[in-house]
Amino acid sequence: MYGYYLNLAVRSFRRNRMLTALMVIAIALGIGASMTTLTVFHILSGDPLPGRSQLLFYPQLDSADMEEFTPGEEPEDQMTRHDAEELLRQKRADRQAVMKRGNVLVKPQSAELGAFSADARYTSSDFFPMFAAPFKYGNGWDAAEDDARSRIAVISSTLNDKLFGGQDSVGKTVQVNQNDLRIVGVLDDWRPTPKFYDLYGGLYGEVEQVFIPFSTSRDLKLDVAGRMHCWGENDFEDDPEGPTSVNSPCAWLQYWVQLDSPAKVEAYRQYLTNYSDQQRAAGRFQRPTNVRLRGLMEWLDHNKVVPGDVRLQMWLAFGFLVVCLLNTSGLLLAKFLRRSSEIGVRRALGASRRAIFTQHLVEAGVIGFVGGALGLGIALLGLWAIRQRSAGYADLAQLDPAMLVITFVLAVVATLVAGMLPAWRACQVTPAIQLKSQ
Amino acid sequence: MDIRPILSALRRHKTAASLIVLEIALSCAILCNAVFLIRTRIELMDRPTGLAENEVVRLQMNKTAAVEGAAALTETDLAALRALPGVKAASASNSIPLGIMGRSLDITLTPEQSPLFEAAYYVGDEQVVDAMGLNLVAGRRFTPSELIDWETLEAPDSEVAIPAAIISRAMAEKLFPGQDPLGKSFLAWGDAPITIVGIVEHLAQAHGHNDPAVYDYSVLLPIKGSFPNYILRAQDPAQRAELLARAVETLHRIDPNRVILRQETVEEMRDAYYEKDREMAWLLAIVCIALLVVTAMGIVGLASFWVQQRTRQIGIRRALGATRGQILRYFQTENFLLASIGIVVGMLLAYAINQLLIGMYELPRLPLTYLPVGAAMLWLLGQLAVLAPARRAAAIPPAVATRSV
Repeated sequence: MYGYYLNLAVRSFRRNRMLTALMVIAIALGIGASMTTLTVFHILSGDPLPGRSQLLFYPQLDSADMEEFTPGEEPEDQMTRHDAEELLRQKRADRQAVMKRGNVLVKPQSAELGAFSADARYTSSDFFPMFAAPFKYGNGWDAAEDDARSRIAVISSTLNDKLFGGQDSVGKTVQVNQNDLRIVGVLDDWRPTPKFYDLYGGLYGEVEQVFIPFSTSRDLKLDVAGRMHCWGENDFEDDPEGPTSVNSPCAWLQYWVQLDSPAKVEAYRQYLTNYSDQQRAAGRFQRPTNVRLRGLMEWLDHNKVVPGDVRLQMWLAFGFLVVCLLNTSGLLLAKFLRRSSEIGVRRALGASRRAIFTQHLVEAGVIGFVGGALGLGIALLGLWAIRQRSAGYADLAQLDPAMLVITFVLAVVATLVAGMLPAWRACQVTPAIQLKSQ
Repeated sequence: MDIRPILSALRRHKTAASLIVLEIALSCAILCNAVFLIRTRIELMDRPTGLAENEVVRLQMNKTAAVEGAAALTETDLAALRALPGVKAASASNSIPLGIMGRSLDITLTPEQSPLFEAAYYVGDEQVVDAMGLNLVAGRRFTPSELIDWETLEAPDSEVAIPAAIISRAMAEKLFPGQDPLGKSFLAWGDAPITIVGIVEHLAQAHGHNDPAVYDYSVLLPIKGSFPNYILRAQDPAQRAELLARAVETLHRIDPNRVILRQETVEEMRDAYYEKDREMAWLLAIVCIALLVVTAMGIVGLASFWVQQRTRQIGIRRALGATRGQILRYFQTENFLLASIGIVVGMLLAYAINQLLIGMYELPRLPLTYLPVGAAMLWLLGQLAVLAPARRAAAIPPAVATRSV
């Protein structure tokens, strides 16, 4: 039966090529636009560490002074060096790491390459296991080396390709701001998207090229980059280390912890509260205790990392799809009702309403299928266009198999929904009147 | 033209009529909002920075740790750059409008006051106003005697005060509304008041994307030292590329080991800065056009169907003496009615969508002027789309009435 309907549908398309083409194009445009924007949204709102993200948490402490204090406000979004180093020392989580982005000058040993600036991350040993960073050669460093302020570094595979032609460079040195650092590990290709651990740099860029122990970076007075919030009297200016000194009233560090069970999360929240109370008692914190411990995905959500433009584009595309579907629905209706006399004959010959309905829905489905195929092409074109742009996430815009299936299903289902009303109207045709008017 | 027969005909095609009305309504709602979004983006991109944008170039150096003699090196660099042929002025600054990276200061008038607003600050020597190509509307440039060394200013326990500032007109009006700001002072750096010696027409913040209100609140301070941005102004805009190349060569001759991070014209910086806004505006424009095309297609399709379905009635009317013009106008009026209902519903929907956008993206309210413009556009679109089927209807000969289909 369905084969016969399919056959009828194809004949009907042939009889009215123009109208069919209009419908297919409308569906294709709507689906293409929606899938392009949905893919981008899907990529940008994805989980950067699937399988691990539920274990990672971002603690916040309200360390600022009473000036500009508004009750109920969010605590500082980053941590002071004093607090970060203290929490790190107390090691109450399963894993914990302090971090900050920086910018360094790398000088290659080969003469033909000039010195160049590179993004760096100053962090502590747990960074690598906590975020499951994959290694190509060697390993991260351990806590002892953090304490020893070792002159070591982990480099990215990009930098390894540039400096050592992709060879195993563990044990060799890399010159950073005129300091020789021994390479202990080379990362494999790794690009968490978005770059969740530091939301104050590029969100969709590559990972940093050089990773250096935080303690070492302070010894070497390496430049830090990214957001920093200071408050109070700027008496730290007398300190040679300025705002990055241990006791400066500045929040500038990202701090992450890994907590393996819900019970541990609660315990850690309590620990943060206690810590904050102690700091208040000691006179360091002035504000009422106000701590946060957000999970990774919650933290991304809270910071609205998906660009507003992308969300807007998605809604726009879906609005466009609805217009396309209304359009298809109207055209299908015109097409089906034009065939009223034909339907009348079929009904008079004994076809049930159900059969008429099915027949027309099949016709709608075929249009959806063809429109979907064309829409897929448009989506691929749209994503190609996005990849040509310079936005940070541009090169990530690829259609994955799941999205491919969704495109098809969406196209067919949407057209079926659009075809429902016309098909219903078609099966309402009363045989007698149509026959009489012949 | 009698509307009653049209209405009764439409009543017999409720489903098709409501589909087309809905389509027009939704198109209208999306269109009004999309065009409004395009306008806001274009306005954003059109804001002046205050720079002589087609003459200024910048070179951004990698100046990492404070190295001994860095300030002296900057002086040498600037002297060499100023000596280059085709250079009108040159200065070193911490930042530049459109440069994204910038610093700001809390501005107050009295020590007890809480900060009034944050202003971007730029530093430079006596040539900085000319190097940036700022339009000085009142007061004067910095004098060499006013210049302060950054190192002295930043030294521990420094008691140095900044003697002068040039500020943007927008900031001057905010601080001293209706008064002459020259000679007045404000607080921004420690407890010492800074005297306003000049007003420039515009000076945009380095990163003004977030808050249009403070976009033009900036301060220029007479400070020299080892700053990463060399700002050069070319005498001839056509020579900027060569000027950049010569500047790079000169800087490398002075110190072959230095790293130049960026070398670009301000126009290039502007292109990069507003790239996302431009893309968004284009995307919105494309969707608008696609929407109009799809809506027009829907109108053509349905109108054709109606014409075909009513072939006999039209023939009868023609036989009874209706002119071609009357048949044509019948379909045009029908479309006008449908479009009007669609537009009314669409306007309400446009406002509802706008309300949602205001909530989600802090957009301004849709100006009322958009509604008549959107309505006119859709009416015109409907009339154009219905023209071909209506002409086909008008061409139906009266003899059709005598035929049985």
